[in-house]
Amino acid sequence: MSKTITIDGNTIPFEDGQTIMEAATAAGVYIPHLCHHPEFTPHGSCKLCTVKVNGRICSACTFPAMEGQDVLNNTKELTDDRQLITQMLFVEGNHLCPGCEKTGNCQLQAVAYHLNMLDNHFPHFYPNREMDASHEDVLIDHNRCIFCTLCVRASQQKDGKDVFAISGRGINKHLIFNSQSGLLKDTDLDATDQAAQICPTGAILIKRTGYQVPIGERIYDHKQIDQVSLETEHHQHDK
Amino acid sequence: MTNKIRVATTSLAGCFGCHMSFLDIDERMLQLVEVVEFGRSPINDIEHCTDCDIGLIEGGVCNSENVHVLREFRKNCKILVAVGACAINGGLPAMRNFIPLEECLNEAYINGIGVENAQIPSDPELPLLLDKVRPIHEVVKIDYFLPGCPPSADVFWKFLTDLIDGREPSLPYELVHYD
Repeated sequence: MSKTITIDGNTIPFEDGQTIMEAATAAGVYIPHLCHHPEFTPHGSCKLCTVKVNGRICSACTFPAMEGQDVLNNTKELTDDRQLITQMLFVEGNHLCPGCEKTGNCQLQAVAYHLNMLDNHFPHFYPNREMDASHEDVLIDHNRCIFCTLCVRASQQKDGKDVFAISGRGINKHLIFNSQSGLLKDTDLDATDQAAQICPTGAILIKRTGYQVPIGERIYDHKQIDQVSLETEHHQHDK
Repeated sequence: MTNKIRVATTSLAGCFGCHMSFLDIDERMLQLVEVVEFGRSPINDIEHCTDCDIGLIEGGVCNSENVHVLREFRKNCKILVAVGACAINGGLPAMRNFIPLEECLNEAYINGIGVENAQIPSDPELPLLLDKVRPIHEVVKIDYFLPGCPPSADVFWKFLTDLIDGREPSLPYELVHYD
């Protein structure tokens, strides 16, 4: 008899060592997330996967599944909280979708669509952030970085490089590159690295590939992120 | 006075693209005007917003006149709606927020290519520019938001017919776009 938790009243099996997120994904239950990726060590920073475990607020991507857990995921209260978190992500950076190459294929945007987010609610920061277009094949737009650290983790854990890091604290937090000049062109990043491909927003873009997919055929034009996420991440958890 | 629902519209710091998209409801406009009449709107050239049921605002606020018009709409509309990306987050005009206003003016009117008789416009009738372009919810209370650049004609239709038929307006997944 395998061990189980419940998510929104449904019994979900889990194995020792699995997080709530991993158990949920394996069972085909979507928990919204941006900084989580099944191939990398959980980071627990975006807080979109906030769930209630036996009445306590937890991040599903970092919290281990344990016998007797009663998890709430798809509730009005949590959806409202997640929408507020997403709105804060939007106003903290400069996310102007109509002018972004990633639009239609962007996970931040897709999560917002999924949560039926129609406005940004908060006053906008309009922070003054730079771009780094120095690299031959990869463009960095700091305006769109949400500090999920997926590029940091992918570079270290998958590419065997150490191209990215997060520096500074609070509102001064920013993405930095591992080179003497501080420029991306002087790192050993290649466009084919997973770190260059993994950005959930339009902060890291591969040059000369923008707008190649027409509107109507982009990832999230007809499929919601819960469906896309379960289709692509279900098998990755099993690896 | 008729018993029709009164709708006013305006474009602040916008491109009128949202208005063009509204007109894309095409022949459904004939159905709409059976129950709706327009107050102030670029469609009819009425200049001031008087008592209205629904106010549709395109564009953010970039100058003092935008703020004045927005407040006039808020004062006179029972329901005020932010229409499109610029009204909701500043949109394309907000890209000037990262450049000091003086630099923007110098580039446009002093140092720009082909500028003759260079001077920064200062006629007292011209509204003063704000230091930053702002979304309209930072200036007045907004009741509903229709995202999109522009929102599709179907968004306008779904929203207005929901309101007119007495339903709480809602947009299904297919109609929610930020681009």
